[in-house]
Amino acid sequence: MTVENIEKQHMKKVLNRHQIATVLGISLFVTLLFSPSLSAQDAAEPAAAETEAVAEESGESAGDAAKGKQLFNQNCAACHALDRKMTGPALANVESRLAEEEGLDKQWLQAWIKNSPAMIASGDAYANEIYNEYNQAAMTPFPTLSYQDIDDILAYTAAPPPAPQQTDATTAGGEASTGGGSGISNELILGALVLVFGILVVMLFLVNSTLKRIAEASGVVVEKEKVEKRTPIWKAFAQNQFLVLVSVIFLMLVGAYYAYGWMMQVGVDQGYAPIQPIHYSHKIHAGDNKIECKYCHSSARVSKHSGIPSLNVCMNCHKSIYEYKGNPEGPSQEDLANGYTNEFYTKEIKKLYKAVGWDETNQRYTGETQPVEWVRIHNLPDFAYFNHSQHVSVAGIECQTCHGPVEEMEIMYQYSPLTMGWCINCHRETNVKVEGNEYYEKIHEELSKKYGVDQLTAAQLGGLECGKCHY
Amino acid sequence: MASNKKYWKSEAELSPDNSIVEQLRQNEFPEEVPVDQFLGDKEGLAATTTNRRDFLKYVGFSTAAASLAACEGPVNYSIPYVVQPEQIIPGVANYYATTIANGFDFASILIKTREGRPIKVENNRDAKSNSGANARVQASVLSLYDSNRLQGPMAGEEQIDWDTLDATVKATLNATRNSGKKVVMLTQTYASPSTDRLISEFQAQYPNVSHVTYDTISEDAALTAFEARYGERALADYDFEKAEYIVGIGADFLGDWHGGNFDSGYSKGRVPKNGKMSRHVQFEANMSLTGANADKRIMLKPSQQKIALAKLYGKLNGTSVGGELPEAAERALDQIAAEISKNRSAAVVVTGIDDVNAQAVALEINEMLGSKAFDPSTPRYVRQGNTAEVNQLIEDMNAGRVGALLMDGVNPVYSLPNAAEFLTGLEKVDVSVAFSNTWNDTTAVSKFTGASNHYLESWGDVQLKKGHYSLMQPTIKELFDTRQFQSALLKWMGNDVSYYDYVKTTWSESILNGSDWNQALHDGAFVTSGSVTTSESEAPVATAAEEEMPTTVVPIASALRALSSTPASEMELVLYSKVGMGDGQQANNPWLQEFPDPITRVSWDNYLTISKADAEKMGFENEHVANGGLDGSYANVEVNGVSVKNVPVIIQPGQAPGTVGLSFGYGKKTGIREDMQIGVNAYPLYQDFSTIQEATVTKAPGMHEFACVQLHKTLMGRGDIIKETTLEIFNTKDHAEWNHVPQVSLNHQEVPATTVDLWEGFDRSVGHHFNMSIDLNACTGCGACVIACHAENNVPVVGKEEVRRSRDMHWLRIDRYYSSEDTFEDDNEKKDNLSGAIGSKVGFEEMEDPAVNPQVAFQPVMCQHCNHAPCETVCPVAATSHSRQGQNHMAYNRCVGTRYCANNCPYKVRRFNWFLYNNNDEFDYHMNNDLGKMVINPDVTVRSRGVMEKCSMCIQMTQKVILDAKREGRTVKDGEFQTACSNACNNGAIVFGDINDESSQVAELKDNDRMYHLLESVGTKPNVFYHVKVRNTEKA
Repeated sequence: MTVENIEKQHMKKVLNRHQIATVLGISLFVTLLFSPSLSAQDAAEPAAAETEAVAEESGESAGDAAKGKQLFNQNCAACHALDRKMTGPALANVESRLAEEEGLDKQWLQAWIKNSPAMIASGDAYANEIYNEYNQAAMTPFPTLSYQDIDDILAYTAAPPPAPQQTDATTAGGEASTGGGSGISNELILGALVLVFGILVVMLFLVNSTLKRIAEASGVVVEKEKVEKRTPIWKAFAQNQFLVLVSVIFLMLVGAYYAYGWMMQVGVDQGYAPIQPIHYSHKIHAGDNKIECKYCHSSARVSKHSGIPSLNVCMNCHKSIYEYKGNPEGPSQEDLANGYTNEFYTKEIKKLYKAVGWDETNQRYTGETQPVEWVRIHNLPDFAYFNHSQHVSVAGIECQTCHGPVEEMEIMYQYSPLTMGWCINCHRETNVKVEGNEYYEKIHEELSKKYGVDQLTAAQLGGLECGKCHY
Repeated sequence: MASNKKYWKSEAELSPDNSIVEQLRQNEFPEEVPVDQFLGDKEGLAATTTNRRDFLKYVGFSTAAASLAACEGPVNYSIPYVVQPEQIIPGVANYYATTIANGFDFASILIKTREGRPIKVENNRDAKSNSGANARVQASVLSLYDSNRLQGPMAGEEQIDWDTLDATVKATLNATRNSGKKVVMLTQTYASPSTDRLISEFQAQYPNVSHVTYDTISEDAALTAFEARYGERALADYDFEKAEYIVGIGADFLGDWHGGNFDSGYSKGRVPKNGKMSRHVQFEANMSLTGANADKRIMLKPSQQKIALAKLYGKLNGTSVGGELPEAAERALDQIAAEISKNRSAAVVVTGIDDVNAQAVALEINEMLGSKAFDPSTPRYVRQGNTAEVNQLIEDMNAGRVGALLMDGVNPVYSLPNAAEFLTGLEKVDVSVAFSNTWNDTTAVSKFTGASNHYLESWGDVQLKKGHYSLMQPTIKELFDTRQFQSALLKWMGNDVSYYDYVKTTWSESILNGSDWNQALHDGAFVTSGSVTTSESEAPVATAAEEEMPTTVVPIASALRALSSTPASEMELVLYSKVGMGDGQQANNPWLQEFPDPITRVSWDNYLTISKADAEKMGFENEHVANGGLDGSYANVEVNGVSVKNVPVIIQPGQAPGTVGLSFGYGKKTGIREDMQIGVNAYPLYQDFSTIQEATVTKAPGMHEFACVQLHKTLMGRGDIIKETTLEIFNTKDHAEWNHVPQVSLNHQEVPATTVDLWEGFDRSVGHHFNMSIDLNACTGCGACVIACHAENNVPVVGKEEVRRSRDMHWLRIDRYYSSEDTFEDDNEKKDNLSGAIGSKVGFEEMEDPAVNPQVAFQPVMCQHCNHAPCETVCPVAATSHSRQGQNHMAYNRCVGTRYCANNCPYKVRRFNWFLYNNNDEFDYHMNNDLGKMVINPDVTVRSRGVMEKCSMCIQMTQKVILDAKREGRTVKDGEFQTACSNACNNGAIVFGDINDESSQVAELKDNDRMYHLLESVGTKPNVFYHVKVRNTEKA
């Protein structure tokens, strides 16, 4: 399987969870992912053909494994994997396994998939057994799947499992070569520049010597002026008291300026990037996978706190995403240098499982939790009141305005100084978003008339008053 | 007219040349900065070996070390939920409806929780009955986080587990079943249908179990009288809103009489509407909250009160009743009878005399009048204690007839007058189990202690009055290994049902009648139309008690005879429950200890109140010492051979001569922090459960130091702070006369001070402009707002010593002013001009009258949020500034503590943090331990040392309302803007809102003729305004 396919599957899962209706957007995204590497797509096809061949060999009715894979990812992957237990059992070779171990035929499977609760209710022995084995988590009935669809899915489950390690290696290799290429080009440019400068210097010397020779030839004597003995500059400086005074004042002012600057940064933790107990990469989540900030930090919409997501929010996705399979381009050189390999990230996911008490093998919560002690990055002093919902929901400000390019941050850090001056500046410059908000209608109309402006800034609406933030 | 009236706050002010009063008048902070305290004594300084150079080295080193340490910020951790509960969003408060029913206070309330922590009590305004949380209920949330709470069951003083306790109790229950011994449950009043059902089921399983209900402060007389007349052991309900004429005879119905919660209706009737308001005449001995609010207050000894009640009945009935009364009282009764007869059904007569005859006569009078305010058909169940049964129990215990005693919600060893007998009896009881929140006198002597839940951790239900139900739901999981008594009963019955399910079953079977349980739980209160039969647990005991108490109607004639022939004794003691302490359950609550009594303005104490005449006779003194504190003599009080020693004495204007008052609830020593082991225990004097006792008072040596906020912040000669008038003048004259606006001279012309402006006014017509209205007629001085403000704004508790030094931190205080009819200069003149024996007698009596029995006015004062604030102009660092929304802001982190603002504030509402009040062992209250800190409101800064603080008009609440409106894209509706005090005020005295919203209630109130600002002549243009107090005096 190719990286793209994995990625697609990966994305799909997330998107299925979200139930986002914008299928158009997804397909566009998928298309974009596919378009630069048609060769990879080609490579996938023989594999699919092989699967089909296998399916045909098994003598059953023909299912299209490629189509089956698509259906599987759409409908089943949230709860099932091929080679491991998730919410539901592992499905690799499910048809043959059932036939061999339980003596159940395809009709049974079809009935189960189409309406499993009915089968449980009917008292079917194996149906109830499996139902109880998986914590009585009822499987969603899929009455819309046709028999052909089910055949396709079963064909896909019967196909041999892919070898993920291989893809990792190729990805890493590919990334390394491209990284190297860009390095060389930079050096070339630099080399060329050095060469040009060298030539210029040489030319200068040549011109100089030529001129000297011409002068000698024409008998002009370049006389070196006799150096008069002058008072050394420092003595002259010391004698000029005015100059001393001015420079002392100047130095003191400069010193004071820097001292002030230094003291003002005390307690300003801009760039603070502590090591967190779980290496959580905003780059992977918000950047690569484009997860909306407020999906996890949901309380930012309604509360003063943006809220550190509780672990059950993580598990919404990570119940299915149990390992990290790399981004489409694979880990960069830099990532590898930092040790951010796929295994590294997978290990961090296991840390999450430990914290939340998720038993992977049995797919159930053990109840033994270890709440994660995140190191707080943005520490506003207690006497300053800041409300996220005011800024996020009412003003519609992007999270990035204050938190910076979070989607590029492998390690989260404090982007803004979070000083009062910084707050005030923004309040002075930012126009209040009043459109469509009935609350602002009257006050905006009257105030803008009073101040003679079209758009009111937060400051004009009283956003600089002490008590708005300090109480 | 109001302006020539003189107000005074203390006896001392009456003497013109009292140097201390003068000194306090001049000094806002009467104490110098205690330099000596931190410099130490001279000898100590001289003896030290540290020379100047060493000192400089230390200074240098510590400065360098401090600055180095300051460069490294602390690492903060954030620990999110593993699984976040669905309803909880960090930073957003949740509200749950529940009910307090601790045996003394019963109220339907809302609990504000933040991240699962209950932090504030609010009134449940949707509830039909008992929707007002008084000061104690407001403070009860702090008792949840009492660091002295029991953390698990105990055997003696050893921790055990519940299984051991369960096994022991079960074994005892089974053993006593056959031994012929009784098992008695001695509990508080539950008034709970589910608990009643549970107890009767328990009795069905263990037939030898009997249930005795014990009210610490009993209403037995009223209950018995009601039962005799109406056949049900309950209390009549009264709606004072419907009464136009209220006569109270020793009934503190604005306090805890009949379980309290009458003040809301009372206040509604007290606001003049269409020229009418209710008239209230009070006969009483102690100066109570009710008497302080009365239009006419007549001082009578309790023995005389009984005669007065009998005579009132006679006058209304046209029969003659004997008995001697002072002439003034006799006259007043004639007048009352005459006025009542004009509109009999609009009058109501209530009495708090602990006497079955008196209660029966009061019921008879109301029946006779056909009083609209009197409602015996939906009686209150909030007091059910039966003193006869309690006494019987003690007898049984001493006779060895009791095999096991199960106690819940009571502390008889502390609160029984005959505690010694109880103790000897308890020794003969095989197994005693006391359920309690905290370690107390009773748990200390019980064999087992069941650590019980706080009401905020419990399930339950209450039938407040007939058909009016209220549900109690937990707002937090048990903090410790505790269990509520009902759950324990279920367990001992071998019933696996949780008490929640049990309550739910009770409700769906016999209360809800098809209504939705979830809706009832959400609302917290439920009213049925029909009556509901609750299985009566007391049936077996009642039969035993019946022999002693005849259930036949008390014959009125004999009752009258008994009342009118009450012999007067020389000194009568009236025991009462204080507004801040009640029966003393929450004595370990620092908010309540620091709460100044509305009448005496004393915090951290109880005391003997005595009239000035008696005090002079017996040599008791009250004096004000140089630091502004109040000192008082000690007295020994003896009742029937039981004496309470060293009771501090307060000379109380309005105390009936020949009587003394003493409040319950103090003097606890067991299981209570040392700071709060204060006051004296009055329960030993509460003999035969009667609040009226014949006492002997003698002087004891020594002087007691009070923490009294009374003399602090005197009026500074500005007598127009309280404006008041009579209903007659109010109705007949122009408001310019009774609500006089001070005049100032502008361009040599007298103009109203409100029209003159030194500064250019800021245009406040755009956006919100917050105003607060305080109606002096509706305010009863109950103090719920004071505690609500405490809770909402993280106001620190400073302790007795600091309060004494006038460093109390209350952002909102309720000033209490006594008033006489004329100025004191007039009094002096009159005195000098008196001639002749008869003339001087009459003259002196007249002059004496107001001081001995003064009129009282309550005035809540918080930061007035002046539009031209004097504090803002003097702040050197601009830490206090004004907002366009009308609030005066205070930026604590900017304040450097010069205290100029406090000095320049004409209202004296700014409070200075003299010390760090949190995390400081010197102030070991709730802010010094992790448990107590859970009550802190996360939206309000906890202030540090050296900064000024004051009322912010709950800007955190107004800002939240604005933000909610913005987020939902709508305008703010009237009533949404609230402050902690306006929310807490169930009387409608405090109304808050936006005056730019013309349809708002507060805008309407601002246009009222009664509206005035404090010290209008100063020109501060406050955003808090008051309504002139109107008294319905006899002329009207």
